[in-house]
Amino acid sequence: MYIYDEFDQAMVDARVAEFRDQVDRRLAGKLSEDQFKPLRLMNGLYLQLHAYMLRVAVPYGTLNSAQMRLLGDIADKYDRGYGHFTTRQNIQYNWIRLEDAPDILADLARVGMHAIQTSGNCIRNTTSDHFAGAAADEVVDPRPYAELIRQWSSFHPEFSYLPRKFKMAVIASQRDRAAMRLHDIGIRLVRNSAGELGGEFYVGGGMGRTPMIAPLIRDFVPIDQFITYAEACLRVYNRHGRRDNKYKARIKILVHELGAEEYARQVEEEFAHLLTLGIEPPARELERIAAQFAPPPFASGLPDTIDRSDPAFALWAARNLQPHKAPGYTALTISLKPTGGIPGDASADQIRLMADLAERYSFDELRVTHAQNIVLPHVRKADLPALWRELVDAGLGSPNLDLAGDIIACPGLDYCSLANARSIPVAQQIGERLAGKEQDIGELKLKISGCINACGHHHAGHIGILGVDKKGVENYQLLLGGSEAEDVSLGKITGPGFDEAGVVDAVEKVTDLYLARREDGERFLDTYRRIGVEPFKEVLYG
Amino acid sequence: MRILTGNDLKAGAVVWWTGYDWSRHVEDAADVGDQADAIAAREEAARRVNAPYAIEATRDAGGTPRPAHIKDRIRALGPTVRPDLTLKPADPAVGNWVI
Ligand code: SF4
Repeated sequence: MYIYDEFDQAMVDARVAEFRDQVDRRLAGKLSEDQFKPLRLMNGLYLQLHAYMLRVAVPYGTLNSAQMRLLGDIADKYDRGYGHFTTRQNIQYNWIRLEDAPDILADLARVGMHAIQTSGNCIRNTTSDHFAGAAADEVVDPRPYAELIRQWSSFHPEFSYLPRKFKMAVIASQRDRAAMRLHDIGIRLVRNSAGELGGEFYVGGGMGRTPMIAPLIRDFVPIDQFITYAEACLRVYNRHGRRDNKYKARIKILVHELGAEEYARQVEEEFAHLLTLGIEPPARELERIAAQFAPPPFASGLPDTIDRSDPAFALWAARNLQPHKAPGYTALTISLKPTGGIPGDASADQIRLMADLAERYSFDELRVTHAQNIVLPHVRKADLPALWRELVDAGLGSPNLDLAGDIIACPGLDYCSLANARSIPVAQQIGERLAGKEQDIGELKLKISGCINACGHHHAGHIGILGVDKKGVENYQLLLGGSEAEDVSLGKITGPGFDEAGVVDAVEKVTDLYLARREDGERFLDTYRRIGVEPFKEVLYG
Repeated sequence: MRILTGNDLKAGAVVWWTGYDWSRHVEDAADVGDQADAIAAREEAARRVNAPYAIEATRDAGGTPRPAHIKDRIRALGPTVRPDLTLKPADPAVGNWVI
């Protein structure tokens, strides 16, 4: 876990003091809302439907117990007893008072956290594989590199006013658990044939209004040049990105319009120039960071088996565990998707319990996943039954990871001022409708957004749902065939939209068709890819 | 009718113009006719409201102003998925008013 040094701490403390002064001036009438709005947004404070909303950054989704506990305490002290984990691996609070915001940021700073660059046209929180440091299939822990990006991009003077927001992801395995190619820059760390570490750079992906899968721009950037290369990617974008048109301002449009080859050529040119300036952070800085992500002291000689004699436990263990690089350990996912619940919401008590469990069972570490769940990354297999019982008692034992009930849903019209339709009630009803068959259906990634901004990743759902406003009435488009994993693809709209009840029926119809038509070992997505969209359209509209 | 809404500057809570003050309850909203811009400008300058805007509404059977758009009805009441956090946690029929 990265622990702030005196520079990080001084920077964050200074920002808290600055924001406190700005809030005071706003409340005293010395700043108008027009003047204040960009300042509060730089500190993650939005004005949403019911109140101010604070988005707190969880860098690459990694938290320690003290941080997680504080997130629970903030929910109690300043909000209404809960928080919402997001698809950017962050947490949002929905009921914040402006006058409390500086105190919350001060509390966060005490545990090495902040809300800087969680909004605005800057480089946002870098996301990563939520199993980083634990996954058996990674070539290296990607988090030190994500942390280096955090430090490089924080208050970067050249990239504080980009044409649009900018999102980066870093992973280090062939399996993509971070939707890497749907980012402005996605980096996969790899080893070349000589065993040297470097990065594949994918640039120009994204969801939103114009979804795009990022093309490969360079297949190997040596690790000791990767910040320089990222800087070159950003510079070309900053120079040519469409500031004249908000809807064409993301880097994906630039890469698409220039063509990946021409964009890559310009990046190479800039990269060659930047190499002469020596802007890469010194190797010792990366070493200092990497040392803080050293693996915890795993015990050796632990039993590698799991007692599955309790059927309910066995069901959960079959779904919610992930192979770990250390024998005798596993990474477990706590589903924040109880049937009929609100995806990604957790109460203050649940948040604090998860902090306690991490302290007792997982070397003090937790992760937030982009699918709005929580991971305990380093758990002894022998501890699983006891741990699971505590989860079940707290309503956190849903055995549904990557199943129909494990739905990603953005806050939608229940909270978000940009929304066209509600997302959460649709997720709740689908979860309830499919609860009895979800184990049979198997892996099914359902993703729901309340508007075209696609915070709920609907383009990348095996089944995606997009809420639209049809003459003042909520309406839902259905998409099929998306994936944000290593087999990345964009979902296609099936046809005319549905009302709220209709879209729940529609999801049941397409899953029933899958059950009828699947062949051995096929997931929903595999069957869809094999038989195509027509049979699905037939059951929906035929 | 036209009614005026915004958020309380300090707390962020949704508020409605009553004709002389701001209320948390849409029941208290007054018809502002063509005065919305003038009231909004004056109240915002006095920091009694943040981001005010006028909307169309009709009176429901009980006489309560019902905003024309679902977004403002959700603002008026609270999230439909957390009845316990709405302004009327004990009213099981309140969802019908929103939807
Ligand atoms: S997708 Fe739209 S409705 Fe959902 S959180 Fe994002 S902006 Fe709000």
